Amino acid sequence: MTIAVGWPSAGTGRSRVTARLLLAMVATGLMISAPQSSRAEEAPAPPAPATPATEPAAAPESAPAGDVQTVPILLVRELRDKPPPLSLLDVPPPDDGVGGAKLAVADNNTTGKFLKQNFTLDVVQDAKPEVLVAAAVKRVEEGVGFLIADLEPKTLLMLADAIKDKNAIIFNAGTPDDSVREEQCRPNVKHTAPSRTMLADALAQYMAWKRWSRWFLVVGPTDEDKAYAEALRRAAKRFGLKIVEERTFAYDPGSRRSDGGFEQIQQQIPQFTQKVPEYDVTAVADEGQLFSEYFPYRTWDARPVIGTAGLYAASWHPAIELWGGTQFQNRFKRMNGRLMRPLDYDIWEAVRVVGEAATRKKSADPKELISYIKSPEFELAAFKGQKLTFRSWNGQLRQPILLVTGKAHVTVSPQPGFLHQVSELDTLGYDKPESKCKGYDK
Amino acid sequence: MKKLHSAFGLTIGLAALTLVSQSALAFKVFVSNEKENTVSVIDSETLEVVHTIKTGQRPRGIILANEGKWVIVCTSDDNELQVYDAKTYELVKRLPSGPDPELPILHSSGNPLYVSNEDDNLVTVVDIMKGNVITDVPVGVEPEGMGISPDGKILVNTSETTNMAHFIDTATFKTVDNVLVDNRPRVAQFTPDGKQVWVSAEIGSSVTIIDAETKKIVSKITFEIQGVSKDAIQPVGIRFTKDGKKAFLATGPANRVAVIDTATYKVEKYLLVGQRVWNLGFTPDDKLLFTTNGASNDVSVIDVEALKVVKSIKVGRYPWGVVVAP
Repeated sequence: MTIAVGWPSAGTGRSRVTARLLLAMVATGLMISAPQSSRAEEAPAPPAPATPATEPAAAPESAPAGDVQTVPILLVRELRDKPPPLSLLDVPPPDDGVGGAKLAVADNNTTGKFLKQNFTLDVVQDAKPEVLVAAAVKRVEEGVGFLIADLEPKTLLMLADAIKDKNAIIFNAGTPDDSVREEQCRPNVKHTAPSRTMLADALAQYMAWKRWSRWFLVVGPTDEDKAYAEALRRAAKRFGLKIVEERTFAYDPGSRRSDGGFEQIQQQIPQFTQKVPEYDVTAVADEGQLFSEYFPYRTWDARPVIGTAGLYAASWHPAIELWGGTQFQNRFKRMNGRLMRPLDYDIWEAVRVVGEAATRKKSADPKELISYIKSPEFELAAFKGQKLTFRSWNGQLRQPILLVTGKAHVTVSPQPGFLHQVSELDTLGYDKPESKCKGYDK
Repeated sequence: MKKLHSAFGLTIGLAALTLVSQSALAFKVFVSNEKENTVSVIDSETLEVVHTIKTGQRPRGIILANEGKWVIVCTSDDNELQVYDAKTYELVKRLPSGPDPELPILHSSGNPLYVSNEDDNLVTVVDIMKGNVITDVPVGVEPEGMGISPDGKILVNTSETTNMAHFIDTATFKTVDNVLVDNRPRVAQFTPDGKQVWVSAEIGSSVTIIDAETKKIVSKITFEIQGVSKDAIQPVGIRFTKDGKKAFLATGPANRVAVIDTATYKVEKYLLVGQRVWNLGFTPDDKLLFTTNGASNDVSVIDVEALKVVKSIKVGRYPWGVVVAP
């Protein structure tokens, strides 16, 4: 029942949701599927169904509680102190990612009720990496085998090393950083979030398809911006595109909000983008969303903007209805009262990986499930139109990448014609021969 | 021997052609066009669209009812079922369903109707004559495929995200068994003798064959098509010939219909059809099979005896379901 209620806001330390018995889960599942408020904004109310809500009539004949296998999952959230993004639409909700975890746990439990499996979700969150890692290690020592990480790269590595001899696996859903998948890869970490290089390659393939091959690259001041710019440079080289000019946008965020501001921006951006050699697109690297939104419609030359504004690459978008995504989006909205964001999706995938393994193996034993997740047999259906699998050399989840604008998708990469001898999805990001991850399978 | 064989084949081919032109008088093919909010009506003799019915929002699953007098369409985004007269194409009435109805199926006696509601983890049971909901049956996440045993006693529903075939007793409305299948099961179909249930898995790229009595998995069919990426083979629609000897399977973006020998579970042939083929419908005499090709906005017509695609017919946008009326 508690799943339906709100979560303590950030900073309260640890919050807990437990779904105990099968019947409770069934009732919860049905309860959260029908709040009137969120229905109102969708299609006209359907004719009232007979009486689904309270009686779990046709659920499988309930088993004694003792027969139920419980699979505890821990979401580890690092609370970051970051300046707010430029657009009010991009401000992360306090439960960013947690919403996805809740939905996946509910999805797992709908299946679980048929197999006498019960999935529970705990969240530990803190701004201090050491505190967070200590809390997570404690839970692992108590027997939790599945950790979903929304962490900075350093914290992720710290956690991975802290539990390296334990019976547990980490799913990185929180950072696109390539080094934690490559030079710094850890054998006990899988990655459901796409890497920066996957995102950049997805974008570059479409630019190659469009033959918009001359890029003007604008790079922000943060390390993340530089890393993303590096991924764009790599992608441009891979797909035969050219960066004709590169400029750094040294930005002092100041206050995001002020009355006015556009008057000056309207002067500054054209000036900043003047005198670029002949080019096709402006590629902006600004992962914090602090200035790239200034670029569309303001560049000196009439050129489209790609990168972190204009057309951008993402694992998910709240308007996607491809591949049966409509019901998935609706379930999320009903449960969380907001739209699904990429972090929610990446975490949903991670929790579903655990659910899928438990379903297929009919087991709750972390050791058995982890070994299945690591095997080549493992595959996940995740509203991407094809099965998703993990790369054997660095644990990255292969997946099609959406190229989207603020409102809708434009296309999905890999683009037609980018072929690969194993999986076309491996044209995105570090492929096996170029991977710097050593000993992943050991 | 070989010569004899081909001469024989030719005769059959000719015979088939003759039969095709004879069979024609009667049948009307109804195709729901998901994105266009219409149903195209095709004459099975001329193989031309003779009428377009304007329907509610997002028409998907489509069946015949009331002894072939009605065409019932799930208008998913209107959260209801719409009933059209199969002769006059007029809207007869609307039937209730749960949110986002996708696939309907009738009890073998003709009533009630069972419909999977993709957005509510429920199968709704509807009395099509009285027009009311009898009950709802909770199932897995994103219910989709619906199969009914020939004796009407067992309803099989598949849930796309739970990846199960739920066996539901139609007398008690209780699930009696849940069989795990491959990822994203789409369609469940009983063999004509009622002994097996075939379940297609779109993302799992397989067809699971379940013994209807023991609920045990008997076999699993996987596919390989030269020149087609394995990920693109996404099984959806399944139809059996009345004699139960052949199964036809739509393979989605592989753009082919697989013809499967039900005795050996071997694929005899792949027939190239339009793009993203999803659902299939036989004429009542089993001579022609119509396929809905969502991405190419057309319907392919297969000569069942010759195993040849004889025509493609342009219909509305994103054709989804198909049913053929006598």
